[in-house]
Amino acid sequence: MSEESSIKKFMFVNRKPPYGTVYALEALEVVLITAAFDQDVSLVFLDDGVYQLRKGQQTKGIETKNFSPTYRALDGYDIEKLYVEKESLEARGLTEDDLLVDVMVLDRAALGALMDQQDVVLSF
Amino acid sequence: MPNIEVNGKSYETDEEGYLVNLADWNRDVADYIAKAESVNMTDQHWEVVDFLRGYYDEYQIAPAVRVLTKAIGKKLGPEKGNSQYLYELFPYGPAKQACKIAGLPKPTGCV
Amino acid sequence: MLHIVNKSPLGHAALDSCLRVAQGGDLLLIEDAVYAASAGTLFEPLMRDALKRFKVYALQPDLEARGVAVHLIEGIAVVDYGGFVDLVARNKTCQSWL
Repeated sequence: MSEESSIKKFMFVNRKPPYGTVYALEALEVVLITAAFDQDVSLVFLDDGVYQLRKGQQTKGIETKNFSPTYRALDGYDIEKLYVEKESLEARGLTEDDLLVDVMVLDRAALGALMDQQDVVLSF
Repeated sequence: MPNIEVNGKSYETDEEGYLVNLADWNRDVADYIAKAESVNMTDQHWEVVDFLRGYYDEYQIAPAVRVLTKAIGKKLGPEKGNSQYLYELFPYGPAKQACKIAGLPKPTGCV
Repeated sequence: MLHIVNKSPLGHAALDSCLRVAQGGDLLLIEDAVYAASAGTLFEPLMRDALKRFKVYALQPDLEARGVAVHLIEGIAVVDYGGFVDLVARNKTCQSWL
């Protein structure tokens, strides 16, 4: 019981595309570190953040590390709660099929409600 | 930047002895790094090193110990997917030491 | 003249500002602005409108990095780094909408 209560809900909110700034990569690294602490971690992708999960990224031409395969490793780190805002996907003409991992698609109301339930929200 | 010398070729490493360029890695370099770490490479060691190389190739990160242990268990069986087995092979930590020998960067979140 | 934009059209107002102010000429989309070259986004109507006034280019390595080199809006030309240099050399002035 006491162990149960030490688990907090952590939400990482990703709103930036992957390569123009360092936010996306930094968020991913913090998420991987947080995984070691056995907390209730969820990742949210909204606005341009949904582009982080876009299939088919090929970064050779910009001489930058392609970190998109690392999102597929999250499952092995027991991070299974990946949420994508429906409206953000639609605004970009994307569907779940365009994303490189399995996600749960929520509308903005559901996502807002989920955000309200968190103990810690980290913004990137 | 420190360098190591293997078969007359020079390879760049960081202060902790990790290879700077992933593509520099080969078995001789791995053997050299292992010797410096007092690890005598056996088939069991290579199995873990090869697994790490494969994991990095797929996910572009070196796995945390917990993740490595679980993934090895899944692929090579429970008798190998436990920390006792892995620490016997790599006394200074399967993630840290094995990654160094595998020519990978230090695992993210490794303290 | 050449206008260069490097911010995503849906996350920033940079491309909006550019299209509001600039009269026409060459428009080069680089870095996160290449998302504006994608068909099917909410920004597409504005981009199509811009194509009437501008010759629009998108930088190939940036498109590829982001996985959006496919399904571009018709009429947008793709250039490599050499093409980028040519555009800069060809135009007398250049405004970067940072």
